[in-house]
Amino acid sequence: MKMVYFIPMGIFIALSALLLFGLSNDPRRVPSPLINKPVPTFSLSTVEDQNKIFSSKELTGQVALVNIWASWCRSCRAEHAILERLAGKGIPIYGINYKDNLADAKNWLQRYGNPYRKSAYDVQGKIGIEWGAYGTPETFIIDTQGIIRYKHIGPISKEDMDNIILPVIARLRTL
Amino acid sequence: MISRWLKYLLMSYLLYYSTYTITAEPITQVVEDNAPIIFTDQKQEKRYLELAEELRCLVCQNQNLIDSNSGLAHDLRQEVARLVKQGQDKKAVKDFMVARYGDFILYQPPLKPVTYLLWVGPFVLMIIALLLLVWNIKKRSKENNRDTTAILSEADKQHLNILLKAKNK
Repeated sequence: MKMVYFIPMGIFIALSALLLFGLSNDPRRVPSPLINKPVPTFSLSTVEDQNKIFSSKELTGQVALVNIWASWCRSCRAEHAILERLAGKGIPIYGINYKDNLADAKNWLQRYGNPYRKSAYDVQGKIGIEWGAYGTPETFIIDTQGIIRYKHIGPISKEDMDNIILPVIARLRTL
Repeated sequence: MISRWLKYLLMSYLLYYSTYTITAEPITQVVEDNAPIIFTDQKQEKRYLELAEELRCLVCQNQNLIDSNSGLAHDLRQEVARLVKQGQDKKAVKDFMVARYGDFILYQPPLKPVTYLLWVGPFVLMIIALLLLVWNIKKRSKENNRDTTAILSEADKQHLNILLKAKNK
């Protein structure tokens, strides 16, 4: 048999492999251009106390997580236990409460527990746009210089925490 | 046998992916502020409309900002309108969006090393296809034009004659 006849089969197999690879990609995961850039600046009142200000300047000097959340976001509820565990390990977590109702947000924290040091109340979603938010929850890892080093889209699972979040934090702390 | 095996394969694949139901939640919150975006300057309005057509809604990824009804698209439209009203040109507005959301927000990807294959690929494939076509046509025309009369040797001719005679008998 001539080798030429194998060419269409080869093309077919290569195309199938490419399409199979495509299936395992999640089109919702859009790479963030903010990686390795300083955190977008903001200054907003906090959810906990409207008289207190949370400024992006506070996000330097330590490796911290910034989590964009909302009470209307079911996936945020799903990752809440993980955030509590991370907070329990002494990792500072800051929240950006995105396009929420203040009373709902307060209720949510009271009911399920508050893993955040502070949550900025971003009612208009302007700060969300600054951070390139398009699907809640989103979690950023910030280094001691206030530079964004990692972005996680969607709820953090236990595997994500053990395999990605904690190792990245440990690496950034040694820098 | 094979069909059963395929069925199991397909089922396990579907099961595997069905475990991925909890993912990032698209920002679909309905916004209370539904005031229409009004321009007094027609040039600005035109610029705004062009931008809203060329920018992608990240929640509903195959829609642009104009078509999408999602909360995020609404917010981004407001943001585009605000920037245009400040007198910013199209490039400045696009740069603003790309700085926050990446190239993905542009329907037309920019020409840069990562996207060379994307832009050039189809043309390269077309050239390869054309070359193959020309090569094939040349090969065939060569085969067709071959001088068939000169192929038979003396011995072959004699052999053929014997055969023809035998058949005509």
